[in-house]
Amino acid sequence: MAALLECRGLDVRFSTDTGTVAAVSGLDFDLAPGECLGIVGESGSGKSQTFLAMFGLLAANGTATGSVKYRGTEILNAPRAVLDELRGNRLAMVFQDALSGLTPTMRVGEQLAEVLVRHQGLSRADARARAIEALEIVRLPDAARRYEAYPFELSGGMRQRVMIAMASLCRPEVLVADECTTALDVTVQAQVLRLLDGMKRKAGTAIVLITHDLGVVAGLCDRVLIMYGGRAVEIGPVRRIFREPAHPYTRALLRSMPSLGADPAVDLPVIPGQPPDLENLPPGCAFAPRCTERFAPCQAERPALQVAAADHRSACHLGRVQ
Amino acid sequence: MLSYTLRRLAIAVPTLFIIVTAAFFLMRAAPGGPFDAEADLEPEVLANIRAAYELDLPPVEQYRNFLGRAFRGDFGPSLVYKDFSVTELIAIGLPVSITLGLAAKLLALLLGGLAGIVAALRQNTLVDHTVMAVAMTGIALPAFVTAPVLALIFGLWLQWLPVAGWNDGALANLVLPVVALALPQVAVIARLMRGGMLEVLRSNFVRTARSRGLRERTIVWRHVLPSAVVPLVGYLGPALAAVMTGSLVVEVIFNLPGVGRYFVQGALNRDYPLVMGIVIIYASFILLFNLLADLVYALLDPRVRKGLES
Repeated sequence: MAALLECRGLDVRFSTDTGTVAAVSGLDFDLAPGECLGIVGESGSGKSQTFLAMFGLLAANGTATGSVKYRGTEILNAPRAVLDELRGNRLAMVFQDALSGLTPTMRVGEQLAEVLVRHQGLSRADARARAIEALEIVRLPDAARRYEAYPFELSGGMRQRVMIAMASLCRPEVLVADECTTALDVTVQAQVLRLLDGMKRKAGTAIVLITHDLGVVAGLCDRVLIMYGGRAVEIGPVRRIFREPAHPYTRALLRSMPSLGADPAVDLPVIPGQPPDLENLPPGCAFAPRCTERFAPCQAERPALQVAAADHRSACHLGRVQ
Repeated sequence: MLSYTLRRLAIAVPTLFIIVTAAFFLMRAAPGGPFDAEADLEPEVLANIRAAYELDLPPVEQYRNFLGRAFRGDFGPSLVYKDFSVTELIAIGLPVSITLGLAAKLLALLLGGLAGIVAALRQNTLVDHTVMAVAMTGIALPAFVTAPVLALIFGLWLQWLPVAGWNDGALANLVLPVVALALPQVAVIARLMRGGMLEVLRSNFVRTARSRGLRERTIVWRHVLPSAVVPLVGYLGPALAAVMTGSLVVEVIFNLPGVGRYFVQGALNRDYPLVMGIVIIYASFILLFNLLADLVYALLDPRVRKGLES
């Protein structure tokens, strides 16, 4: 099947007072209809900026180059009119912080209804009915009354559900969930993830799950893209990558996952060192300074993504040697 | 909301009392008196005049009498504008000052608000820099510079508008003084509006609104402006109250019978009743408009509303 989203050679740069930050570099990946793709990496690895760039939502000092196609149409740096037909309609995004992400001076219901008025031309009354329906689908208790609530009157979990309801209003083909469970407690987290899974199964929505929680990825995703220093270091089916990680960074991440019954003080390894400085990336592999398996070429030459198995690619010199 | 308003009004009464008391004794403490300018008065005549206006009584007693009358709305006779009571002077001057001041505020709000919004939406472009440069010039140019220049250009040279005069508030007579009053405020309002907009445009909820494909117009009007006008509301409250004291400079240059000249000349002449009358009006409006500003905050922001209700 043809890809829904085709990202090729995506670079995202931010100009700051001290220099240029390379937030994302040379990123390639596809998103197939109805699949769930996990994007995993530390803070600053470029996962969020990748999708903000696609949605035309970069901060004022950011620029994106390369190509991102939605069903064959270029959307990267596309005119506002083109983007506005897609955003909130075919492509939707759920952000991490649902409190600051909802307009504080507007009733949450109105923030939903205006999307339907905008994209589907509904009357205000119809939009209201549909918005309440959407709030019921995400199991917001007492949805009709909560339609009238302001964001500050809802709990964190409720706000996140409102955000998901908002993103799902127009039955988008792609839903990007950016760390949307990070601020929630575990039981609410599970409910929110179930909602996303429901959208994927029932509506066939392709989900992009940006997270640093590998457990979430294991439970929900079909494929995973691991990012480090703004680049893809490994991409492939979740099962395969969890069983046979090809990149030392992925292996380190998996090792540093807490497991039940282990004493975290003894058995929880950390990855030593600091994330890379995106203003001064080393010429070779960005992970090399922290890598326990590095050897001669790592610091000098940047490894390209190479096929490790069907659908499974990794950017490491070790793979080439083996 | 109603109970909050009533509570605030209840607090306003003692506040007003304190302001009036302080103003009364400060005026008396200032050296000089209302009749210093009258040349060569016989001591007996002066004593008679002072007795007629109760100025020979101890200050505390004067204060008591003043309060008693002020309660009934009687601020007494003007000591300088003989034949006029303070209430009459204010009744003549205040409508003029309010007409001028409100028209100027409205003009400033429309122009400045619009300029600020446009500048913020085009941040760091030529439009933005131009608007801000004009705004800086507007702030730097006081009314005693712009007013004569306006009168010169549009009154004398082009002869489009009358140079001066009130003429019962005819529109043509209002234009130049209103513009002169508004110009510096356009600048202040444009800067406040731009700052408020830029702050809000950076926030996460604007990004979310964009991610939903909403039109820029919808985003600005419904999502950004209610939060972005907050600094402006804080400025407008006291600024609107200041309208009540008139503007001496503009009133003198355009020869308008506003309340501004009474306030300044009253203070210079030690015209105690006149100054007290204007202080009471001004202080009342300050208290009232600050309350109004707080109610507007509540109207704009549901969180503030919630806070007021509890």
